[in-house]
Amino acid sequence: MDLSTKYLGLDLAHPLMPGASPMVDDLDTVRRLEDAGASAIVMHSLFEEQLVGDAMSALRSVDAHTESFAEATSYLPRPDEYRLGPEEYLEQVRKIKAAVKLPVIASLNGTTLGGWLDYSKLMEQAGADALELNVYYLPTDPAVGGLDVERNALGMAQAVKRAVGIPVAVKLSPFYSSLPAFAHQLDAVGVDGMVLFNRFYQPDIDVERLETVRSLRLSDSSDLLLRLRWLAILSGSVRGSLACSGGVHTPMDAIKAVMAGAHAVQMVSALLLHGPKTLKSVLDGMRTWMEEHEYESLRQMQGSMNLQKSPNPQAYERANYLHILSEWRG
Amino acid sequence: MSKRDLTMVDGNEAAASVAHRTNEVIAIYPITPSSNMGEWADEWSAYGRRNIWGAIPDVVEMQSEGGASGAVHGALQAGALTTTFTASQGLLLMIPDMFKIAGELNSYCLHVAARSVATHALSIFGDHSDVMSCRQTGFALLSSNSVQEAHDFACVGQAATLRARVPFLHFFDGFRTSHEVAKIEVLNDDDLRTMLPDELIRQHRERALSPERPVLRGTAQNPDAFFQAREACNPFYLACPGIVQETFDRFAELTGRSYHLFDYVGHPEADRVIVMMGSGAEAAHETVEWMVARGEKVGLVKVRLYRPFSLHHFIATLPSTVRKIAVLDRTKEAGAVGEPLYIDVVTALHEARTDGISSFDAEPVVIGGRFGLSSKEFTPGCVKAVFDELNRAKPKNHFTVGIVDDVTHFSLDVDPEFDIEPDDVHRGVFFGLGSDGTVGANKNTIKIIGEETDNFAQGYFVYDSKKAGAVTISHLRFGPRPIRSTYLIRRAKFVACHQSVFLDRYDVLEYAAPGSVFLLNSPFGPEEVWDHLPREVQESCASKNLKFFVIDAYKVAKQTGMGNRINTIMQTCFFAISGVLPREEAIEKIKGTIKKTYEKKGMEVVKRNFAAVDETLANLFEVKVPAKATAKLGRPPIVATEAPEFVQRVSAVLYAGKGDHLPVSVFTPDGTWPTATSQWEKRNIALEIPVWDPAICIQCNKCALVCPHAAIRPKVYDPKLLDGKKPQTFKSTPYKGKEYAGMAYTIQVAPEDCTGCKLCSVICPAKDKSNPKHKSLDMMPQMPLRELERENYAFFLSLPDPDRASVKLDQKGSQFLIPLFEYSGACAGCGETPYVKLLTQLFGDRALIANATGCSSIYGGNLPTTPYAKNRDGRGPAWSNSLFEDNAEFGFGFRLAVDMHIRLAQEILKRLAPKIGDGLVGELLNADQTTEAGIASQRERVTILRSRLAGMNDPDAKRLEAVADYLVKKSVWMVGGDGWAYDIGYGGLDHVLAMNRNVNLLVLDTEVYSNTGGQASKATPLGAAAKFAMAGKAIGKKDLGLMAMSYGHVYVASVAFGAKDTQTVKAFVEADSYNGPSIIIAYSHCIAHGYDLALGPQQQSIAVDAGIWPLYRFDPRRIAQGLPPLVLDASPKGTKVSEFTKTETRFQMVEKVDPKRFKKLCEDAQRDATQRLAVYKYLAGLTIPVEGDGTGAAAAEKE
Repeated sequence: MDLSTKYLGLDLAHPLMPGASPMVDDLDTVRRLEDAGASAIVMHSLFEEQLVGDAMSALRSVDAHTESFAEATSYLPRPDEYRLGPEEYLEQVRKIKAAVKLPVIASLNGTTLGGWLDYSKLMEQAGADALELNVYYLPTDPAVGGLDVERNALGMAQAVKRAVGIPVAVKLSPFYSSLPAFAHQLDAVGVDGMVLFNRFYQPDIDVERLETVRSLRLSDSSDLLLRLRWLAILSGSVRGSLACSGGVHTPMDAIKAVMAGAHAVQMVSALLLHGPKTLKSVLDGMRTWMEEHEYESLRQMQGSMNLQKSPNPQAYERANYLHILSEWRG
Repeated sequence: MSKRDLTMVDGNEAAASVAHRTNEVIAIYPITPSSNMGEWADEWSAYGRRNIWGAIPDVVEMQSEGGASGAVHGALQAGALTTTFTASQGLLLMIPDMFKIAGELNSYCLHVAARSVATHALSIFGDHSDVMSCRQTGFALLSSNSVQEAHDFACVGQAATLRARVPFLHFFDGFRTSHEVAKIEVLNDDDLRTMLPDELIRQHRERALSPERPVLRGTAQNPDAFFQAREACNPFYLACPGIVQETFDRFAELTGRSYHLFDYVGHPEADRVIVMMGSGAEAAHETVEWMVARGEKVGLVKVRLYRPFSLHHFIATLPSTVRKIAVLDRTKEAGAVGEPLYIDVVTALHEARTDGISSFDAEPVVIGGRFGLSSKEFTPGCVKAVFDELNRAKPKNHFTVGIVDDVTHFSLDVDPEFDIEPDDVHRGVFFGLGSDGTVGANKNTIKIIGEETDNFAQGYFVYDSKKAGAVTISHLRFGPRPIRSTYLIRRAKFVACHQSVFLDRYDVLEYAAPGSVFLLNSPFGPEEVWDHLPREVQESCASKNLKFFVIDAYKVAKQTGMGNRINTIMQTCFFAISGVLPREEAIEKIKGTIKKTYEKKGMEVVKRNFAAVDETLANLFEVKVPAKATAKLGRPPIVATEAPEFVQRVSAVLYAGKGDHLPVSVFTPDGTWPTATSQWEKRNIALEIPVWDPAICIQCNKCALVCPHAAIRPKVYDPKLLDGKKPQTFKSTPYKGKEYAGMAYTIQVAPEDCTGCKLCSVICPAKDKSNPKHKSLDMMPQMPLRELERENYAFFLSLPDPDRASVKLDQKGSQFLIPLFEYSGACAGCGETPYVKLLTQLFGDRALIANATGCSSIYGGNLPTTPYAKNRDGRGPAWSNSLFEDNAEFGFGFRLAVDMHIRLAQEILKRLAPKIGDGLVGELLNADQTTEAGIASQRERVTILRSRLAGMNDPDAKRLEAVADYLVKKSVWMVGGDGWAYDIGYGGLDHVLAMNRNVNLLVLDTEVYSNTGGQASKATPLGAAAKFAMAGKAIGKKDLGLMAMSYGHVYVASVAFGAKDTQTVKAFVEADSYNGPSIIIAYSHCIAHGYDLALGPQQQSIAVDAGIWPLYRFDPRRIAQGLPPLVLDASPKGTKVSEFTKTETRFQMVEKVDPKRFKKLCEDAQRDATQRLAVYKYLAGLTIPVEGDGTGAAAAEKE
């Protein structure tokens, strides 16, 4: 069975890979992922906040106390090889590259055009085979319009494309007024692929202390449906490749994603829950199903159920909405 | 021979650079101003820097200088090339070993940044009183006068000691040389190898103790042998000066820098000569050259090798024409015929005459004088005054210079206008805030000028004694010739004021020379700024014809994301205006240093700094200076007009930075100083202050408890007091609790004393239910609130405080007691001072406090302000600092004296009972003083007693009057940090605990030596980075509490106010009430932990939840009740240690350097915490058999 696929110009044995997560912090886990058959390694994101916030807060809480008092010109030691978040990250890219034979996709996550984007160049130099640029942005300012958000993200994508020679994917959220239009603009600035979608970690409320609290909910297969719809809509209409991220837990989930148009399928929650070996069982399941259904290759079904090829395309469009609602009433 | 670098370094780095490369073992202990030498050595070894023989020196921190010296002695005896660095009290602690080291002729060079020894007061600044205390040890004393010399003599000392076998103490002036940044030529490794031949090292090794060729040293000798054996070393001392001169000569051959045992400067036929040593000699050198150029026959002898003193070399150095000699000592030896160098010179001249080697045409007159104690300025004016004095027919002997002595009139008059600085030396003075980065940028500036141009350059930095809102003054000089001006700039060509508020407090333009440049950072633009200057500033601008520039640096910083760091912006202005370098080149160099400084902190920091530099010039404007002043208002008075006379006359002068003008007569001869003066220094350093919303306040008083500066306070009072008197914006609300039903309640901020640390606002639990973002305390800009809140605060203070007897001594109630520790100079957000303040609220009116040297003694007693205060009756803590190492014993002495006084009073009372009245005496002797009400009653009885004694003409009555106050219960406290309690003072602390007397020890545990800059102590937790433990401490924190518990009779508590303030207050109350030794170990967050201290209480909670800071109380009184003496006051919630470590730079740093190691350290810390807790849990279940109960075994109580 030929499961090979091409994602961001990389020739991969199959579409399954771990998505951006802390799993790659541990080299042993990375090796276990390789053993489980992952086709590539996606690094966790290096956050703009890490690059900017940490540095600036260190400046405030450490440097502000230096050279202030006669008895102590500083209060903390000055290690020679002090590695900041990015340096550790780059080191990890190098280590993973050395440890496994797989392509490594590094990831940057931020919201503003700034110096932090220069780290993309360093990621390339550290050996990353491709980059995933996560433009996670939550507009809270009413003065910031949809166009502003898109322009900003496009600017960042462009800056990274200019900085590096390796392929660049943009990881998107589902909240754009017109995702196809935005996707086309990303296409136009030369982005090599899109990852659908970011999963937003939704804060909870502590009603006793009147505080918002962080919460982390892992995905399940129900999260997949949103991805399937938009993969299907974009598939065939954008130049770059597509990855599905979020909600893939079973072989059927992965097959659906590919049918909707994914060139790559990223898994995180399932691997966090059940370990790297899950990737292998999903891959085996895909292969078995495809054999049972007499597929010859993955490419045969890639995008087979997208908006252009689906026998009932209205399911992806608005008409479906009315239909479903009336069924519910009934 | 490889080439030598020219570089800008300070004296400490210059000396340490040689010491580290020429030694193998370095045993250290931090003490200002020498700490940096140890830090450099530690850092270099941690980086893997090798000595000239290819080994990485082993740098070890000891528990005290005594310990360091012991380790040095041992390492020397075992044959290692060994050194250490110290100053002042540290050097005194080394003296016993120094006698031994010298007596055994060990080759050893010790480096000292000379500093005042504490006498009537501690001082961190420079003089020779420490070094002079070592004259009798047998060490050679080698004095360097400048940064280059500190570097050179470190080498000469090391080389000479190997040849001479006499140990050397190489010293240079603390701060003036140790902290001055200057351009030096660096000795390379080849130079050092040339100076330290292998043969000498081999001989040193051969002298080592070794079982292969065993010998015995350190014998005990008897009258038959000791004397002769002691004299056996004489040949070495006789040969030593010659060896030093030979070493100097070899050094001169190598480097071209020529030195002699005594160096003469001046007219070859001088009739007046000054003899001195240390950095002051450079100012004298400069002045002598200036005077000789003007035809005066004057000269200077710089003493390089003070011990062994070479009579022959000294006499040969002096011109035969000398008629009068002034010997200047930078020390005071009270009661001596004269100071040490003076006596030596007199003796030398006398002996030379007796021996017939005197070459003088006529025997010179010699006078001695003191100068420069505690870094007192020693200027060309002082030098001139000394020469002028020598010109008199009968010059004054035993004079002082640099001060005005209006008591004993020893001082010389100095012409304040005398100025010899040449025009081609550029001079800049910069006023900044510690936190705005001014000093760091100026260090970079002077490095750029020194290293990138042909100029010689010098940077010297003056800091104030506050830790929050500290003012810094940078003095930069550069010019075409070596700079010998070892004194502050007085006439600058460039004066920059980086904070416009300083213009209201300091005479900034006092430093401006006519026609110079004045650069001001101000929110007002070039058109408006003039109208916002105080009249005095305008007058200076006009009369001195200053070129005035203005920039809104905070605007530029904000625009470029730099927050309040304006340093690179102001630095760019300096280069742009001064034209030292072409603008483009200057900007390129500034960016180069920015990259070097911040590269490791992230590209964004570098980019933002670059952006700030680029934006600067567009925002820099020249201001047209009108011909004369136009402002009506001048600078506000330094202190309020209602301040006490002493504060007006003395403190205010110190606050204004003009303390040098105060004469001797204003000071007490024994160092006594009034308390309660901090209230008069209104510093206005907070950008934001808390604003109280009474509507949602739950009246918990937590804000007051956490406030490090006593700048937010609650009060309950009769609402009638508000009628017609309250200021319009004064807020009040009905008190909610039953205990003060019907009373009014107010939370009031002291707007001018608040530091803006936010702790009160962060801890405030009262949120607006409809808008939880709004709390009962929100931070708001101070400026618009200042006037109104000042008035409100004054009214608040005028309201009566609740009767102490009515106050419940718990967390909430304790905050109604007035703090008798207020507005200290501690850091904004300090984690120590809330405990100190609580102590004074609970017991301050009857407390004696012994304070170990460290942060708490500095914010507690560093002039100009004294934060320990008095209540309305004039009572308050009596406080004193003895030493770092002896604080437990010092406080124990308080207890012994108090107990003695009590016994004496009781005995006399009994004797006088018939006269005083049996009833009153009985009540006085049997008073129950366990409550505030009981104490108040006893005070009343003592008042009655005094009135009865007043009428009695009995000697016993007079004796009783002197001690009657001790009949009221006293609370004796020893306060100090972990450096004291865990390390240097542990022996004494342990002994005092064992003594079973009623004393209370408060350990403010910041887990590092905070005051000297964050060096590791035995309290430093596992995994944390600290200086001298850069890779992260690999062993756990010493369990001081458990060690104290092992005595069984000691009350022990471990507290963290941020985690459980109720338990903290309970522990303090119990400790005081326990009639035996008590120790409270108090978790204190600190800037040395590297995070925003507004989160301090939250971190404390996490520490408790993770089990790394257990809360407990061990009360021996519970044993008699059949209860387990140990009570655990918090159950860990299973929070991971990593939750605690992830916020603090001290841990994160370790992770970033070596993530794998850090992971292991975290696991170890987690295991340690679990194991420690298991032990505590077990102990908390144990009851101890009461004496004679016959059970003989501990019965484990089920949880």
